[in-house]
Amino acid sequence: MQFSEAWLRSLVNPKLNTAELCHLVTMAGLEVEAVEAVAPPFSKVVVAEILTAERHPNADRLQVCAVDVGAAEPLMIVCGAANARAGLKTACAMIGAELPHDFKIKQAKVRGVESFGMLCSAKELGIAEAADGIMELPVDAPVGKPLRVYLDLDDQLITLKLTPNRGDCLSVQGAAREVAAISGTAAQAVDCTPVAATIADTLAVNIEALGACPVYCGRVIKGIDPNARTPDWMARRLQRSGVRSLHPVVDVTNYVLLELGQPMHAFDLAKVAGDIRVRQALVGETLALLNDQTVELTAGTVVIADTDGALALAGIMGGAASAVSTESTNIFLEAAHFTPAAMAGLARSYSVSTDSSHRFERGVDPLLPAPAMERATRLILDICGGQAGPVSVVGEPPERSATIAFRPERARRLLGMAIPDTEMNVIFDRLGLAVAGQGETWRVTAPSYRFDLAVEVDLIEEVARVKGYDNIPATRPKATATMHPQPEQQRGADEFKTRLMALGYQEVVTYSFIDARQQRMVMPDSAPIALVNPIASQMSVMRGSLIPGLLQTLSYNLSHGQERLRIFELGCCFLSTEHGDQPVRLGGLAYGSAHPEQWGEPTRSNDFYDLKADLDALLWPAVASYEPGEHAALHPGQTARLVLAGQAIGWLGALHPKWASELNLNRPAILFELDWANLAARPSPRYRGVSRFPSVRRDIAVLVDNRLPVGQVLETVRANMPVLVTDFVVFDVYQGKGVPTDKKSLAFKMLLQDIEKTLTDSEIEGAVAAVLNLLAARFGAVLRA
Amino acid sequence: MKLEDTLTPDDILASARRDFAAAATLPALEQAKARFLGKSGAITERMKALGGLPPEQRKEAGARVNQIKDGVEALLKERRAAIQTEELDHQLAAESLDVTLPGRSAGLGGAHPVSLTLKRIKRLFASIGFEVADGPEIETDFYNFTALNIPENHPARAMHDTFYLADGKLLRTHTSPVQVHYLQDNPPPIRIIAPGRVYRCDSDVTHTPMFHQVEGLWVDETVSFADLKGVLADFMANFFERDNLPVRFRPSFFPFTEPSAEMDIGCVICGGSGCRVCSHTGWLEVLGCGMVHPNVFGHVGIDTERWQGFAFGLGVERLAMLRYGVDDLRLFFENDLRFLKQFA
Repeated sequence: MQFSEAWLRSLVNPKLNTAELCHLVTMAGLEVEAVEAVAPPFSKVVVAEILTAERHPNADRLQVCAVDVGAAEPLMIVCGAANARAGLKTACAMIGAELPHDFKIKQAKVRGVESFGMLCSAKELGIAEAADGIMELPVDAPVGKPLRVYLDLDDQLITLKLTPNRGDCLSVQGAAREVAAISGTAAQAVDCTPVAATIADTLAVNIEALGACPVYCGRVIKGIDPNARTPDWMARRLQRSGVRSLHPVVDVTNYVLLELGQPMHAFDLAKVAGDIRVRQALVGETLALLNDQTVELTAGTVVIADTDGALALAGIMGGAASAVSTESTNIFLEAAHFTPAAMAGLARSYSVSTDSSHRFERGVDPLLPAPAMERATRLILDICGGQAGPVSVVGEPPERSATIAFRPERARRLLGMAIPDTEMNVIFDRLGLAVAGQGETWRVTAPSYRFDLAVEVDLIEEVARVKGYDNIPATRPKATATMHPQPEQQRGADEFKTRLMALGYQEVVTYSFIDARQQRMVMPDSAPIALVNPIASQMSVMRGSLIPGLLQTLSYNLSHGQERLRIFELGCCFLSTEHGDQPVRLGGLAYGSAHPEQWGEPTRSNDFYDLKADLDALLWPAVASYEPGEHAALHPGQTARLVLAGQAIGWLGALHPKWASELNLNRPAILFELDWANLAARPSPRYRGVSRFPSVRRDIAVLVDNRLPVGQVLETVRANMPVLVTDFVVFDVYQGKGVPTDKKSLAFKMLLQDIEKTLTDSEIEGAVAAVLNLLAARFGAVLRA
Repeated sequence: MKLEDTLTPDDILASARRDFAAAATLPALEQAKARFLGKSGAITERMKALGGLPPEQRKEAGARVNQIKDGVEALLKERRAAIQTEELDHQLAAESLDVTLPGRSAGLGGAHPVSLTLKRIKRLFASIGFEVADGPEIETDFYNFTALNIPENHPARAMHDTFYLADGKLLRTHTSPVQVHYLQDNPPPIRIIAPGRVYRCDSDVTHTPMFHQVEGLWVDETVSFADLKGVLADFMANFFERDNLPVRFRPSFFPFTEPSAEMDIGCVICGGSGCRVCSHTGWLEVLGCGMVHPNVFGHVGIDTERWQGFAFGLGVERLAMLRYGVDDLRLFFENDLRFLKQFA
């Protein structure tokens, strides 16, 4: 909502400068989004008339003009504009004038001729972006009058950014009411005195869509002057609200919309056949709109129609066929109320947005049509002449909402401030709210234009707003000091993140929506969860895995010069749209060398085991087991399923070579993805005694089937080894010379120790033998000689 | 008579000094020592010879030989220490490293700036007893709108540019639905923040279709609008670590709070004198807040006569940008390591 400050001040004029006024309004909740001067500062520029214009004796393109600026003698001024001519009213900057861009006008000799001022273009005065020659003012412009006064240039354009609940402020009158209330200044009411009918003509109106249009005012005006012009003051106000002057009648309807907030429409009476009907659109009906767009009407749309068909989209836009034109002499004027419920979203469904629809969607004062009709009639008669018929009012304004119960004590408790009853009463009074009853519960009635006020808390907000949020203290709340449980066996996300960062991983945050093709890569068998209105095709489905985002981050960074990446992300994945099917996952990726390239060690690529160790470190003291697994995105021979406490928790593996080649990766990308919910648990520590006796190390090497997973051996032995054995670790895996091709050699380190005494040789040999027997029995392991 | 016998004690000491000095290493010194103190060394021989002397000379001669022996041993000890010092110096010199060479590392990881900012926000609110809650990112219309007092076709819905899914569900446009879930499941008093991803169908220089919010909710019997002002002013001052950070609250509109407010802080970039970031106003809009609307409590069956409270929602990227001087929102989701590594 943009309007001229001068227009606002014509209705309410508090003793505040522009900045103070804007601050006041902003702090009352009508945010001033912009304040812009109509014209930059300039001085000593007056309306002037060129009396004579003669060719400059020494220059073809210059003229020497005698200019009347209202002084006793005309000024001689040299001018280069092609449109300078005798009889032209224009703007003249006199000696001593200061123009924008620090331009001072002095007496000067131009090619040998003295010049006593400058004739100005609109661009030179900073009131237009471009100009073709000097200003051309109307013939009746008063010579000698300061241009700023004549064109009313000491004015500001104020733009309000209004919240959707304050539709009542979408007019200069609404804004003025608000300024009056918060500044405590009286506001001038707009004159809406009824205009008596001088002719009897009417047009019958039938409202069939009563739910959408509770009240409709119509009036016939006949015999307007087709040559009438919109007065400058009105055109200027319209222009300063961003509305172009079109036709005096249309200008008046737009003016009333801006002034009072009531959208209106004028039909060319000659183009209306029979009675007016306010009805639902018929299926298949079409309408050519004023903006040259032809729309096919849909169910739920209300139209203004005559006996031949739809004339206008009710509350949105008029039709081209019945529009007022320069030919029109008789018109039919409409001021109706359309309910927000009926209007919501409708304009958007036709891809239009008008000042009218914007207001009806947010709500318009239902009592406004009648006074607006009188206001518009008066203006039309004054500007265009003609004779007005009686106003037909059909329907009734919707019932006023009931009075609102208001408890001052409740307001004080909610706001946390002891505002006295009397002060609240004054606030309501200033806002035009009627208060009945006193004591604990008041009965407050809001005026019809404050349709946003319905419940007690709405009134409390009004109290706070007018009191000023700045005047409410800032306090620190008192609360019961209750300790929050801190379960030791649960780990928070931050702990995992910290560990991964310590392991050299950089956190990333990728979009939750990905390309459908990437989604198929990780979940080829399930239908993706697709967005109805994606922002781009590569962001069209909800991710079922973090892997695509990690790979995309990899590609992005490889193309920006990185060679080595270790990244992770913690975030939601989407398996269905159900609440419980949006698991949080922790995913990671490593690519490139195991260590950053350096002088101290030979460079090698990351592999499966590097990341396995990272995951072990991440989960510790929980210990996961790794089983060979299959995952659509991963290398079938280099994929492990992680199992923790009997639950599958995720995957670790190398990217499948077919995806790697698609992404042009020339080194292995190792990925993991874990389900967060199953990670968080950790066993709390439990003390066991530490032996003070020496430990003994024994190494054994055995031959086993070369397909036997070593993890199985370790797990079996660890679960079944004699109590004396405190550690059992694989330190060598060998295949090759000296080992049959279907076998592999595994070397283990055993640590043996007793908690109470030094071990004897026979105890040691017994324990080693027990382990060897176990290996032989379970895995057919043979001790290597 | 051997040669040594003819040497005076001074000669022997001089010769030992010379021989020891010539020994560059400990083994060489030991060899030199043997020539004086070894089995058949000059001094040893003299000691042996003492036995052949008449008893009356023996004492004096013995004292003389011992004197020489002491002298040689002192020389030896001195030289040995010198050689040890030299050898240690030599070893140290040989072992010295170029300490300026880089260390061997697994590389350095770091947090995403959004995480870093969230952690900061969580810690500040945790310090006054807020707990963290969460909720689903795919939401129903009820939780995202209706329960928050945003009926169908309300103009406020148009402000939300919602992403929809085929089954009519949607991507939450704000973290406020977590309020509703939490209020349904937990009786007051309540003090939570709910950080998380939110989605709006909007993408340009200042909008990304996904971003992060932190929702806050404090419900108790007397928590007031004045308390709301106090807590949030405290938060901003601590977040930006500026004791005298100017703040102001402007009336605004959110269907789920009333009174509603926008909170502005004095521009942390220019200090309030006006710059591009604050559009030359000196103020930055940083969050929306208000007192929980009774209709929201009504949807979850909370007695509005007994309980009241405030809620707020702040944009995490916005705070991160202001705190760390990031000038382009889109950087947060490009995940360029050159950007991310700056926030370790």
